[in-house]
Amino acid sequence: MAKMPTPEELLAVTPASFPKEGWMDTKPDFHPGSFCYPAKTEILKGLGFENAHDWAPDNEDWELPENWEDIIHNSLQDALNKHRSLKVFMDCCVRCGACADKCHFFIGTNDPKNMPVLRAELLRSVYRKDFTTAGRLLGKIAGARKLDKSIIKEWFIYFYQCTECRRCSLFCPYGIDTAEITVIVRQMLLDLGLGIHWIMNSVNDCNRTGNHLGVQPHSMREIVEFLCDDIETITGIRVDPPWNEKGHEVIFITPSGDYFADPGIYTFMGYLMLFHEIGLDYTLSTYASEGGNFGSFVSFDVAKKLNAKMYAEAERLGVKWILGGECGHMWRVVNQYMATYNGPTPPNMEVPVSPITGTVFKNAAATKMVHIAEFTADLIKHNKLNLRPERNNHIITTWHDSCNPARAMGLLEEPRYILRHVCNNFVEMPEHTIREETFCCGSGSGLNAEEIMDQRLRGGFPRANALRYVHDTKGVNWMGCVCALDRAALPPLVDYWVPGVTVSGLHELVANALVMKGEIPRTMDLRQEDLPFPDEDPAASEEA
Amino acid sequence: MTIAFAATLLILFIGWAGSALGLQYLLGVILPLAAGAVFIIGFIWKIVRWAKSPVPFAIPTVAGQQRSLAWIKPNRLECPWTTPAVIGRMLLEVFAFRSLFRNTRAERTTIDGTPRVTYFSNKWLWVFALLFHYSMLVIIIRHARFFLDPVPTCIAVIEFVDGVFQVGAPRFYLTDAFILGALAFLLLRRVCTEKLRYISLPADYFALFLLIAIAGSGICMRYISKVDINQVKEVIMGLATLQPVDPSGIGSIFFIHVTLVSALLIYFPFSKLMHMGGVFMSPTRNMKCNTREERHVNPWNPPKSYHTYAEYEDDFRDAMVEAGIPVEKQPEPKTEA
Amino acid sequence: MYNAKFVIPGIIVFAGLFTAPFWINMLSSGYEAVEVELPTEPVTFFGEERSQCVEPKEWMAANHMELLLEWRDQALREGKRIYVATDGKKWETSLQNTCMACHSNKAEFCDKCHNANSVNPYCWDCHVVPQGNNHEFE
Repeated sequence: MAKMPTPEELLAVTPASFPKEGWMDTKPDFHPGSFCYPAKTEILKGLGFENAHDWAPDNEDWELPENWEDIIHNSLQDALNKHRSLKVFMDCCVRCGACADKCHFFIGTNDPKNMPVLRAELLRSVYRKDFTTAGRLLGKIAGARKLDKSIIKEWFIYFYQCTECRRCSLFCPYGIDTAEITVIVRQMLLDLGLGIHWIMNSVNDCNRTGNHLGVQPHSMREIVEFLCDDIETITGIRVDPPWNEKGHEVIFITPSGDYFADPGIYTFMGYLMLFHEIGLDYTLSTYASEGGNFGSFVSFDVAKKLNAKMYAEAERLGVKWILGGECGHMWRVVNQYMATYNGPTPPNMEVPVSPITGTVFKNAAATKMVHIAEFTADLIKHNKLNLRPERNNHIITTWHDSCNPARAMGLLEEPRYILRHVCNNFVEMPEHTIREETFCCGSGSGLNAEEIMDQRLRGGFPRANALRYVHDTKGVNWMGCVCALDRAALPPLVDYWVPGVTVSGLHELVANALVMKGEIPRTMDLRQEDLPFPDEDPAASEEA
Repeated sequence: MTIAFAATLLILFIGWAGSALGLQYLLGVILPLAAGAVFIIGFIWKIVRWAKSPVPFAIPTVAGQQRSLAWIKPNRLECPWTTPAVIGRMLLEVFAFRSLFRNTRAERTTIDGTPRVTYFSNKWLWVFALLFHYSMLVIIIRHARFFLDPVPTCIAVIEFVDGVFQVGAPRFYLTDAFILGALAFLLLRRVCTEKLRYISLPADYFALFLLIAIAGSGICMRYISKVDINQVKEVIMGLATLQPVDPSGIGSIFFIHVTLVSALLIYFPFSKLMHMGGVFMSPTRNMKCNTREERHVNPWNPPKSYHTYAEYEDDFRDAMVEAGIPVEKQPEPKTEA
Repeated sequence: MYNAKFVIPGIIVFAGLFTAPFWINMLSSGYEAVEVELPTEPVTFFGEERSQCVEPKEWMAANHMELLLEWRDQALREGKRIYVATDGKKWETSLQNTCMACHSNKAEFCDKCHNANSVNPYCWDCHVVPQGNNHEFE
């Protein structure tokens, strides 16, 4: 990573005002750091994108296919025919500006094209020219413009500067959802063979190996063995998660970030410890080893393709229902798309029932997939867990609502309920930055690529700003979240803007507080750092 | 903005010049009837055009606690899971502009050398948008006195309330002041705030200028350059019963007003003003948030095409067996070379 | 078309609301233009028989309320009891003694037109409502 400017410098170079010329006359700027690396040609070809070709964003010529204008026109026509949302969103924006300062990228960059309204206008202007009479006749007066290659470039920059967090859609009087527009434009760009490496490589890996990180089955098992070793070191208990086994009640699917990357691994250890403690009859799968879905960022069809594995594996292994780990966009897909994409569920699946408490998860009756926060909150409510929140007493935590569980699902109270039971010190960030109004980490929707770190830090500024407020005023030193991309993206963000705050998943904190049957007195947390308030050693106290 | 202003003036001029040149019948009878037809047919055409595309996915924007565990209180209106609750959410959206009520203003500042962003509740847009739309509604309803005979009592009641201060004769209507005030606010914020100025298109100004001109000419006709409303009623009743009456003889302000209104009606279905219909059709608001409980069907759902487990096992069978992971098909025993 | 069971009723409600005047008028008894009762006999003012209104008839049709307000202010607030019309003729500024002298039938003149156009002037909040037709004025 190139040397980063300090936070003060970063925002100081943010332009104070908009360009003098109108937005149709400004051209996007391509400099290293302003764009993601392009997807590899063979990967796109392999996924069936016919127009995949070698190109570079900072080249003048993107070597678009000869009939690129027709491709875009047809692609847009196809999207309009398939999605009423797009038609309505194209036609009825009144440019009231309510969305303008709701976007974290706009707040962080002050680039007018990052106002959701203008981001959508980038497509809307072309739509008017091609699909409305007024636009055809009046052109620029009607807000229409003729498609040219610079518009394609503009789309590439700005629709890869939207994290599909849907905060704007919450404030829009007509519910115009920029995420919907972004996915569709990204799909149109893919039709021209333009994609980004970070997303398409993950899609490709997920397709082949079952997870975004391309971890192969044997390595996956090995990694988890290491994590189990760590659990044994900390608790003295050996947990042994089953792999690809048939005949269990539940399959557990979580994003690959949870077993591969720090600090997600601690959350993963938390899951394993919890399942062991309650004796859950579950299995993991190497084939369906990805909860996340990078396809959902760029194409509905690709999203469906990757998502199909969950039900396929649930059917093959004969489980009754699926338990899903902590992830953001995974839950957008699971909660709003999965049943539509790949349902109805296989015949062996049943409406989820917690084997421990008997609670029937009626809210998951069709999809048959339960969020682990719902599952654990239910366990705590029924007093099934022996928790010692004092172990987390050195932590003053706040809660980051991840965009998708908040605004695509409404998962707001479950994690807070859990958090209050495993941590004695919980502080909310200021209003307008939490719950349904939560801010994105700035790296969602496949934008957690290293090469655009500058963008990501700017996009994460509103979240960091709220965090810094509670850090400064309430001494918050921990931020919990329920999203794997957050766990990957927030640590560098927080180190940059608010050093001194640790980011973790919810179940890391749960497992820290969880008293397991037969465990040794805990002296360290899951990160193997010394606990300031360790358990009393019963042997030592007997001697005294 | 200049273009929008000029276009509005042009329409106004057509109304004035037409009445001066003796085109009263064209402007007072043919134009409004045609405009009404364009409005209604165009509006329906647009809705049908939207409805011809399916809603493939359930994508409500959830704005409150979901219904999950029995002991967690769900938010019925912000995360509705039944049809009546969705109707409730839509009613709030349509009649109270719920989403706009949420509006905040983000302001970037520097405190003690560190960059900050602060959020302020910002309800002005909500207040003036509501004020405009409700004034518009009351004004349209009030106009029913020209379209109906006898005038229903409820309309007289609305008129009475609107003119409750009994100032002047004819009585001054509150909504006349409200609508101009609200339109002025909506115009000024477009002109004065950098963000709005940057995103505004000629169409945005045109709609405002046109509405200001309509309200202005109406107010002018009522209070300044008065016309014989009994004659006006005869003409309008002629339109509403499709038995046209010759409108010549009414002051030209009437024709200016009618021409402007006709322009609005014709413009409406092809412009952003269709948000009136669009707000009902937005899938992020009008869908149930019970997406895991009830499967939403996509009419064009493509066939499943994915990397199957069998293909996957073929790729990794040996490694899986070595790692002790169960497989469906045992690897072929290695033959001795 | 998709979701027809919601869209079509929606369209019907829209079209119904915006074409309501047509349907209501079609069902109601039918509109007839208002014919008010106009004075037939000249009336004597200031010793002169007059059969013209204070101001021209067309102007009066649109603007009479303005004149009445002006008269009210002149007579009650300034005590001015004489109005000089555009054509130079003098008139007493009085609703009862001038206007109603000719337009003596409130029901057939004022009310008919006001009712038809849903106008509710507040003249009679203060003035005594003339009883019966062809009321005699002193």
